[in-house]
Order: sequence, then C-alpha cells, then structure tokens
Amino acid sequence: MILGIDVGGTHTDAVLINDMKVIKTAKVSTNHENLIDSFQKITDEILLDENIDALERIVLSTTMSTNAIVQGKVDKVGMILANGPGLAPSHLKINENTQFVSGYVNHRGIKIAETNKSEVASIRDRFREAHIRHVGIVGKFSTRNPELETRIADMIDNDFIHLSFGHRMSGNLNYPRRIATTYLNAAIWTTYNSFVTEVLKFIESIKSDVPTYILKADGGTSEITQSAKYPVGTILSGPAASIMGILSLAEGTEDAIALDIGGTTTDIAIFADGVPLLEPFGVTIEGHKTLTRGLRSQSIGVGGDSKVQYENDTLMIGPERVGPAAAFGGAHPTPTDAMILLGLTDIGDRFMAETAVTRIADKMGVTVEEAARTIFERSCQKIASSVTDMITEVNNKPVYTIHEILEGKKVVPQVLYVVGGPAEPMAARLGELLNCTPFIPRHAEVANAIGAALARTTAEITVLADTEKKLLTIVEEGIQQSITSKFSREDGLFICREKLRERAIKMGAQENDIEMEIIEDQVFNMVRGYYTTGKNIRLKAQIKPGLIAGFGKEAIQ
Amino acid sequence: MTTKQRKTGLVFFPAFDWAISPTHPEREERLLYTQDQVFEEGLLDFENIIEYKPGMAAAEDINRIHICVPDVKSVTTESHLISAGGAITAGKKVLDGEVDNAFALVRPPGHHAMTVVHGNRGFCNVNIEAIMVEYIRKHYGHKRVAIIDTDCHHGDGTQEIYWHDPDTLYISIHQDGRTLYPGSGFPDEFGGPNALGTTINIPLPPRTSEEGFLYVLDNLILPILDDFKPDLVVNSAGQDNHYTDPITDMRFSAQGYAILNDRLNPDIAVLEGGYSVETALPYINVGIILAMAGIDYSYVTEPDYNAETIRQSSDITKYIEREVELIHDLWKNRNDQKAKLNRSQEFITRNKSIYYDTDGINEEQRETVRLCDDCGGLVTIDSRANFMDRIFAVIVPRRSCPACRQKGEEIFESTGRQTFIHVYFQDRDKDIFIVK
Repeated sequence: MILGIDVGGTHTDAVLINDMKVIKTAKVSTNHENLIDSFQKITDEILLDENIDALERIVLSTTMSTNAIVQGKVDKVGMILANGPGLAPSHLKINENTQFVSGYVNHRGIKIAETNKSEVASIRDRFREAHIRHVGIVGKFSTRNPELETRIADMIDNDFIHLSFGHRMSGNLNYPRRIATTYLNAAIWTTYNSFVTEVLKFIESIKSDVPTYILKADGGTSEITQSAKYPVGTILSGPAASIMGILSLAEGTEDAIALDIGGTTTDIAIFADGVPLLEPFGVTIEGHKTLTRGLRSQSIGVGGDSKVQYENDTLMIGPERVGPAAAFGGAHPTPTDAMILLGLTDIGDRFMAETAVTRIADKMGVTVEEAARTIFERSCQKIASSVTDMITEVNNKPVYTIHEILEGKKVVPQVLYVVGGPAEPMAARLGELLNCTPFIPRHAEVANAIGAALARTTAEITVLADTEKKLLTIVEEGIQQSITSKFSREDGLFICREKLRERAIKMGAQENDIEMEIIEDQVFNMVRGYYTTGKNIRLKAQIKPGLIAGFGKEAIQ
Repeated sequence: MTTKQRKTGLVFFPAFDWAISPTHPEREERLLYTQDQVFEEGLLDFENIIEYKPGMAAAEDINRIHICVPDVKSVTTESHLISAGGAITAGKKVLDGEVDNAFALVRPPGHHAMTVVHGNRGFCNVNIEAIMVEYIRKHYGHKRVAIIDTDCHHGDGTQEIYWHDPDTLYISIHQDGRTLYPGSGFPDEFGGPNALGTTINIPLPPRTSEEGFLYVLDNLILPILDDFKPDLVVNSAGQDNHYTDPITDMRFSAQGYAILNDRLNPDIAVLEGGYSVETALPYINVGIILAMAGIDYSYVTEPDYNAETIRQSSDITKYIEREVELIHDLWKNRNDQKAKLNRSQEFITRNKSIYYDTDGINEEQRETVRLCDDCGGLVTIDSRANFMDRIFAVIVPRRSCPACRQKGEEIFESTGRQTFIHVYFQDRDKDIFIVK
C-alpha cells in the first residue's frame, strides 16, 4: 500500500494505492500558514480504518520550498564568489551580501590562482557583524575542480549554521545559475530542514519504519532526510507532480502532449517516447535561473475562468482571471461560460452565462451562439499554438555534432492527455487542432497525489577524466582521485554506472527501479603541438523520471 | 566600450565529430573549451543573446559562388555544408531583423577557398563568408558589403573571389606573408582592373600586439569603411593573432579582440582560424560575444595575461604607423589610379599556380577578365589540377552589363568538351548554374 500526498496551492490531496488500484482518495483545504497541519490532517483522514502495517511507502509533494522563496521567507545568505576573469562582477552579484575573492579554476579544472586566507577571514567577520548564519561558496568551474571551494570553507573557520557549496548543486556548467542555485539552497535550508523534522516526527507517531520520500522538481523522489541536504532540489515540485500524475494515468511509450487546464492557466508538458522532457539547463523560480533539474513545462495565461473581452475589434482571452465564470456568479464572461452555452458541459447557471456572453456578442455584432463558438475556438487555438511553439522549440534545440544534425530525434506527438476542469469539453477540439488522439485519464482530480505516490527515485552523475592531468572527478559526490594515463572510456562508464547506483540507493531507490541511461558520452584527444597528450573523457548518466517498478506498463485503475 | 545592449544571434556549431585528421589543428577538440567557457559564463541565459541551430547549405548556395570540380558533392562533407549553413543562418537572422547582429561560431573555416575548388587548402574547402554574402544578396537584394578579415593568415580565397567585384570591399589584416602561409596579401594586391581599391591588404610584422591592431583599426579600417559606406559589415573572425597561437607569431589578446569587435561593430561575424584551443579561444570567443551583445567585457582576460610581456617594440609601432599612412594614401588615390590603367585591350589575363597544402594538389589556372566600366566584368577560368582534369568556367558577374553577358553566353556556347572534362556557366546575375 502506497500513500501519495500533494500539498497544493488550494487543496491538499491524498491517495492510497494498492495492487495497481486507487483504493481511496481524500481532499482538504491547504492551510498556508501551516503546511504540516494540512499534511497531518489528510494523513489522519485517509489512513483512518486502514491497516497501517500494510503501508510500504509515503511520498509527499509539497510547495514548502517554493512558497518560502515566492513569499520571501528566506534566511540572509552570505555569498563568497571565486569568479576569476569573465563576466563582470555586477552580473554575478546576487544580493547585498555577495563578496568576491581572488582564486580561480579554469575550464580544465586547473587551479590558476589561490584564494587568500586573510581576505576570507575579513569576509567572515563582515558576515558575522551582519548576523549572517548561512553561507554559500561558489567558484567558477568548481564542477571541474571543487578543491578551491572546500579550501575556502576550511579558511572560514566555521561557526555558521550551514555552508552550501556550488559544486554539489549540479555537475553542469553555468556559473550564474550555480550562484543562484547555491544561494537558494542556503536561503531555504533552515526552513526546509525544520519542515522535514516535523514530518518525520509525525510519521514516527503513526509508523516509524515506513520509508518516506519527497518529490523533486525533476519528477523523481528522494528519501526525505537525504532531500534535507539539498532543499533546492524540491522547488517547483508542483508541476512535476502533475506531469508524473498524467504519466501514471496514461499508458504507452509514444510521444505525447500533456495539458493541465486550470482556471487561470494551462500547463503544457511534452513526453518523448513516454518520458517527460527535462528543462535543458534547470528550472527558473522567481526570476532565478537555476541548475536544479526539473521537468520542462510551460504555463500560459488561458484557462476556464480567463476573462474574455472584446475591445477595438479584437477578442481577447486572458491572461488574467477575475473571479469565477459568470455561470458561477463571476462578473465577466469566460471560456467556461461559452462551453456551457454550446452544450459542451452542463455546469453552473446557464442563464447567467448567456447574459455575460451576450455582452460580447453585442459588441461583436453576432448571435450569442456565434460569440460562444468564437470564444471557445479562440481559446482552443491559443492553447494549441503555444503547444506547437513549444514542440518547435524542443525540435530546434541546438546540437553540436554532425550526427545529431542528420539523425537527431524529432518529437512528433500522437496522443494528447488532458486533465483539469475544462478537460472534457475541450479535449476533442484540441486533439483536432494538434492532430493527436485526445485522452482524458481517470482519477485526474487527484493526478498530482498519484504522480507523487508512484514516482521513482531519480539521480544524475557526471564523470570527468583527464588523462593528461591523470585525474578523475565526480563532482556531485565531491570525489577527485588519480588515474593512470591508460584510463579509458570503458573504465569511465563502469565507474559512472557504479557511482550512479550508489547515489540512487543512498537517495532511497529500490534496486529494481534503477534504470540507467548514459546521457553524455564524449571522448576528445587532447593534442598539444602535434602530439596527443591525453584524453578528455566526459560522461554523464541518469536515472530518468519514471514510475516505480510494476507501474507504467498499463494505466492505473 | 559601448553600453548599448544589442540583440545578438549565436550560431554555435563545434562539430564535435569531425576532424581533418586526429592530430590536425582542425580537429574535434577545437571548440571544446570554448563551449565550456561560453556555457560556464552563462552567456546563453542573457535575454539579448539567442542561440540558433545552423541550417545546411544546399548545393545551389555553393554553386552561386564556387566552381566545384567536378561537383559540390565530391569536394565537401556534411561538416562543410553545416558550417556554410551556419553562416547563412547567422546572416538570415540579421537580415530578417530577428537580431541586431550575429556570430557564426562554426567550423571548419573557409577563407582560403577560392572560386575554383579542387580540394582543401589551408584547412578550407568552401568559402563560408562568400557563400553567406551571396545568399544574402540573392534573397535580400543588392548590398554593398565590407568583409574585414582579422584572421592571422591572409584570406587569399576571399580576396580571389571578390577581386573583380567593386561592390565588395575586402580588407585583410594579417601577419606579413613573408613569414606565414599562404605568403600573399601585400599592399600592392589592390583589386582587379574593374574593382581597383576594393581589396585592401594590411600585412603586420610578427609580434604586433594590441596597440598595433587597434591603431590599424582606428586609423585605417574605420576611415576606409566611412568612405566605402557598406550596407553590411562582416568580420571574418579568425582568432590566431593570439599570443598563444601555436602556428603564428602575433601578440594580440582576448581583450583586444573584444575591443576590436566593439569598435568595428560588424553585422555578422564568422569564425575562421585560431588554434590555441585551450588558452586563447575560450576567452576570445566570450569577449567577442559580449562585445557584440553590448555587455561589459572589461573583465575578460586570459588567466596568464600580462600586457607588459606581450607589448610590441617601438620599431613595430613606427613601422605600422608608416604602413598605415602609405595604404591610406593608396586608398585615397584609388580612383586616379584606376583612371591611369591602360584600357585599350578588351581582356586581361593572369596565370596563377595555386597549391592546396592540405590535399597536396597543384592547380594551374588562367583567369581572364573583360575590362568593363559598367560592371565587374565577365570572367573566364581555365583550370587544371595535378596536370589532369582540365575545366573551363564562364562567370557572368552580378549586375552584369549586356555586353559582358552576351560575350559570356557566346563563349560558353562555343566552348566544347573536347579539351575540358567540364564546362561551367555561372550566371551570378540571374542565379543560373549550368554544367556541360
């Protein structure tokens, strides 16, 4: 028996899943002041009269980290940046407590300059005076050689609550994103950690040994105490829960589109061969571009309750929502009202819908029915064209080898999954516009909780071997070790798989969920003068987002 | 530096799976560290820097400017088509107004490739700038174009292609040909009889540093551009003037390249050579991208940069000052010089021996141009590679006059395949390409 809980913006949903079936669902209003409260309430409710001993796993998707950032409930963070030459410091400064130090690592991970002990000491003193208890240390190219960051930490003579290191955030390059990611990690560290402590205390009170997971932005899970080390990984898990939910309610491994049509917005996601696409660099939150792996989704300002207006001969749908549909007492006509008039759905007060849409029809100089038809059609077109743009963008992603230019996969969706309030009335027309077979999954109202419940543990690892320097680096784990000049790509792949497995197990993965995939595999001869001096081997492996073993072959009932 | 931000397109194609040979300078690794630096600096996250996937050049794009022997397919690989296609993509984005300027950071390069292509010379098969410029002229109408070649090697291919074209100003700044491949590019190479003055060569002595390059830019190149008034400025952006380049002997820097691009403000930059893959290219490319986008580049330097150790001698400074004055005079008097040419004959012929160093081909060529006051002039080329395959090409120039066109058609008509394996007719005005 698996318990999945989604603490969402409005509601907190829970599902109990047993033997491929949703056996029970529950819903409460989310208490924004106290998310733990919502979590406890719904857990008590859904587990009432259930056999607690049969509970195998609990997975929680929460807006905890996202809210802390969006609402600015973050701790002051002192940032120490070893930036070296390149972008001007003004582009790197993330807050008023950003300090720059000398010391620089180049693109090959060679330390060019050392950081000075006394400058670090004076920064430390300044931080203390400013009552800063959380510090982020980020070096340019620290993913190529983390040593400088750890040396700065040693020099700090630590009595801070927490130090976040840039190199632990991701194995990918992008210094400004590494700075933002490290900053956010440190800023929400205390908030998130106390949340985790509370959750664990509560779970212990029901059943102490049940493995408990948290959903991350990439649609994968992490064992909850492990997630506390890198809170930034749990930002934006809401859209991820929705996408994983659709995945678990769907069947098949084809290219597909997933739409979550809400009141205000529509969220779009894409599946390639049945796997949700990831953001190419990382997710963006509150204007911070990060290196946090996350599912690719795009939100557009069209939903069932979008305000419809007709001004200057133009029909506008959204992007704002001003209260509910007119049929539910709202002040403005909405796409939902149009759908009621067209007989596509049988909800709300038809007369109020008609009154509102008539105002538009009069301005347009057409009949009410024509106006309703135009509003509906335009809403569908707006969503469809955003989907098409997103697919074009995915297919136009720059690639760097001739092979990929000639043979690269193109995403051509065949299926359209639609969830959300207006799914039923809109799916058919959207399917026509996008040339896909529409499909409305069952249990869509609790898709997020199901998605969380069934998501497997995901992980990524980066192996760099430089046989000229005779050095192997696995930066996510902080590993640097010497190798011989004979070290090969095959040796690297072996270590890569091994370390990914270890990392996944540590994060709570079950052995049969470890489905590895090599996502980067490059070997370059390094030539200086006219002689080959070594090999530059670059490997990256991941466990991609997906469902735990036993699920995913067919849709859940 | 300018503080105005510009929208910059970046076509980045490092061709990580293509090399001339495993240890050749033009190999897979060449743009590896550049990619690392560009990614690490987060340049692609700037709102005003937009990355584009390169298109692929079609055979017709190449046949518009080259005579490939026997055909395009035989002398190019996919990598050349993508590299030329990348340059075209950069040009399209600028001309379509999607961006203010664009940088095609692509390989392999092209500025040693001449009109007739028998194989690879100086790491180049086809001339990616010329293919781009002619694509733009075909699809966006007539343009006066200035190509500023800042590669350390003389761009003898681009010079040869535009030798007779009065609408294309080709300026090359390079290490003195007496000390470096291809051994040409002297100030007296000044353009063909119909286009005298639209080829400018500025050879610089070995060990010229930032001071010298920027002096030439400010006191010679920019004033000439002011006179020529181009519709489009292209930087043929070789990066081998760098003080760490393994196959040249100059002392330019990343900061210098950034300042040069800031002041030159090209519409389109296209990567050419540059083989200091680890210690120069990453910094130069970041500098050029930032400068083109109008973002502060003043912190871009090589980790080991030291202005003192690379400073040029006072002798070099004096030499360059004198040369700049000389070439500037030459430019100012170009019209008088053209008037003095003997125009009594209808045709002028020159014989050329062209060596393809990469492929080991010797080409013997006889090029004839019709003296013409009304257009660039009809050109015919009789070419033979390695004393074997002999071809003949008739080239009608863009915006040709009726006389040159008629003459060209007659010559093509009357030239048979008895002597030549192929006879080519390239009508650059009507964009027609016929082979017999």
